[in-house]
Amino acid sequence: MNLDLDERTLAFRDEARSWLAANVPAEPLKSFDTAEGFAQHREWESRLADARWSVVSWPREFGGRDASLLEWVLFEEEYYAAGAPLRVNQNGIFMLAPTLFSHGTEEQQARILPKMARSAEVWAQAWSEPEAGSDIAALRSTATRCDGGWRVSGQKTWSSRATFADRAFGLFRSDPESLRHKGLTYLMVDLRAAGVTVRPIPQLDGEPGFAEIFFDDVFVPDEDVIGTPGEGWRVAMTTANNERGLSLRSPGRFLAAADRLVSLWQEAGRPAHTADRVADAWIGARAYQLYTLGTVTRLAGGAELGPESSVNKLFWSHLDVALHETALDILGPDAELRGAWSDGWLFSLAGPIYGGTDQIQRSIVAERLLGLPKGAR
Amino acid sequence: MRFALSGEQEQFSHSLNDLLSDVDTDSANRAWAEGDPGPGLKIWRRLAELGVTALAVPEKYDGLGATPVDLAVGFERLGYHCAPGPWTDTVAALPSLLDDELLTSVASGETLASVAYAPHVPYALDSDVADARLAVENGRLRAFTPGALLSSVDGSRRLFPPVAGDDLGTALDADRAFELGCLATAAQLLGAGRWLLDTSVAYAAQRKQYGREIGGYQAVKHLLADVATALTLAEPLLFGAAVTLDRRDVSAAKVACGDAAHLAARTGLQVHGAIGYTAEHALGLRLTRVRALVGAWGTPRFHRERVLS
Ligand SMILES: Cc1cc2nc3c(=O)[nH]c(=O)nc-3n(C[C@H](O)[C@H](O)[C@H](O)COP(=O)(O)OP(=O)(O)OC[C@H]3O[C@@H](n4cnc5c(N)ncnc54)[C@H](O)[C@@H]3O)c2cc1C
Repeated sequence: MNLDLDERTLAFRDEARSWLAANVPAEPLKSFDTAEGFAQHREWESRLADARWSVVSWPREFGGRDASLLEWVLFEEEYYAAGAPLRVNQNGIFMLAPTLFSHGTEEQQARILPKMARSAEVWAQAWSEPEAGSDIAALRSTATRCDGGWRVSGQKTWSSRATFADRAFGLFRSDPESLRHKGLTYLMVDLRAAGVTVRPIPQLDGEPGFAEIFFDDVFVPDEDVIGTPGEGWRVAMTTANNERGLSLRSPGRFLAAADRLVSLWQEAGRPAHTADRVADAWIGARAYQLYTLGTVTRLAGGAELGPESSVNKLFWSHLDVALHETALDILGPDAELRGAWSDGWLFSLAGPIYGGTDQIQRSIVAERLLGLPKGAR
Repeated sequence: MRFALSGEQEQFSHSLNDLLSDVDTDSANRAWAEGDPGPGLKIWRRLAELGVTALAVPEKYDGLGATPVDLAVGFERLGYHCAPGPWTDTVAALPSLLDDELLTSVASGETLASVAYAPHVPYALDSDVADARLAVENGRLRAFTPGALLSSVDGSRRLFPPVAGDDLGTALDADRAFELGCLATAAQLLGAGRWLLDTSVAYAAQRKQYGREIGGYQAVKHLLADVATALTLAEPLLFGAAVTLDRRDVSAAKVACGDAAHLAARTGLQVHGAIGYTAEHALGLRLTRVRALVGAWGTPRFHRERVLS
């Protein structure tokens, strides 16, 4: 058991560190939930891509560096420690891309991934529906076979960044007789296609961070089906484990935030009433970092991500809220002023809801990891 | 970077587990609490044959010169099975305090030690059965004689206030002894927490109320899922600390293992209901052990301060 980095990995980390130090925008970008901020983020992503830092773990032919999982984790740490912006295309890069690598055709990979790598195409995830939240298998939006493709109708909701995104991926019921997990097809849809209406929904901060998407007989060509029609659920499960597990929430974000919290506490004169919680935030971030290094070791040894992704999700969603609430308590009356901490706090509150709520994750941990009897779902 | 146990370490953990599942640690704890260390000492000798007492002893004194990671592996299982006796003092702390022939008999399992470490270990454990009694203060060692027995919330922890005697000179490496004592305590807490979770899951899967297993109720499931999460994330801190022996990491491990074990104890009792509150049930042995170890070798407050310093 060791935590030593070899020469090659150290060199990779140093290169990332110096590039970020020289290139991270000095002024934070505007929120990507505004038109102006979205454009700024696209520009930042293309700068990242030019230097091959936008998708480090992807193969070189698609714009990556063939970086190992460990290198990716280290890159993420450097990225957030340098105060670099959130990733506007994270749904695409961290959820659709792994799905395409496992289930996409060569043609799809070549057509879609390079544009994704530079955020020339930004993706939205279109899973949730008004009547299908936690119970995603209850979805009703349909895809009907037609010449050369599918006709899609129905409604999706809570789709992050769909307000400004270019395309969306999601599940549609392609067999009208089917129930629950069967008869679903995984499709990629152009949000500018005829018949698509995107209605922005303002979030707690007033910005249209997500949107409803209405589909009225929208044509989707066969080339935009991922995997076998009717087998969409199986394809989608790759995405779900990625969302909860490693990729969406690398430990780098929490470590950077925990370090900022410790500094905030020190600058505030080390207030005793928050000391334990500040310590716990740092301990939690360190635990998550080391746990991830254990996961990286297991995956390198051939293991696959399973229900332990749900343990991850439960842990980081709780950590993120606690960390930000501690910061606000340290700030005292200034906590209500809009700023990085209050924005971060609002954002953290969504963690226990999206990507499968914490209640759903607890049930998964109890049933699939601990082997307790299956209950009503 | 390879952050996982080696095959040998896994094997060691399994062998320890097999042995400890075979012997009856529960009744050994009860006898120990009554002042009869016989059954506990029998277990001590069996574990010595497996090399547990030799782990941290240098090879020149017939020890194994094992790493802190090996220690953590061993102590996790000792905690799981709630082995009675001054394991932390003898096996984790003592070998870093001395460079002495005495360690040969520690390695072989003949000598048990009781260590007081001012100010974090004010009462020495099991001084009545220990042959070597050492008090550490400001990096110096003193022999001590035990004062009157104090009763612990965990009856099988026999505590004695040390009455300092002869000065024995400078400790070999008092700081390392302290870090290893904290690490061993954290490992026992993690192990005890795991036992509490395993036992509670097994109970919840079998105990029926309102016509079905209580583990099928979401309220019960979710309590146990939170325990599993806390223990899962405490483990890497323990092994990370064993790799670096950095004070911040050791303290982080001590706090997280303590919190996770405490949650496992409280939840375990709730899931068991009244049966868990009886002296007959083994749950209570772990519950009180956990509470005792949370404050031993540095309180949570002390360790959180070290994290922030
Ligand atoms: C900021 C944010 C961004 C999001 N982005 C996207 C996106 O990009 N794409 C997308 O498709 N979706 C997105 N979502 C939607 C998200 O995935 C859903 O909100 C989530 O799956 C929960 O569904 P729901 O909101 O309908 O709540 P419901 O499923 O109605 O749940 C309401 C409450 O009931 C509980 N509950 C429900 N069922 C059970 C059960 N079986 N056991 C125990 N408790 C239960 C839940 O835990 C929750 O507390 C986003 C949500 C948020 C908040």
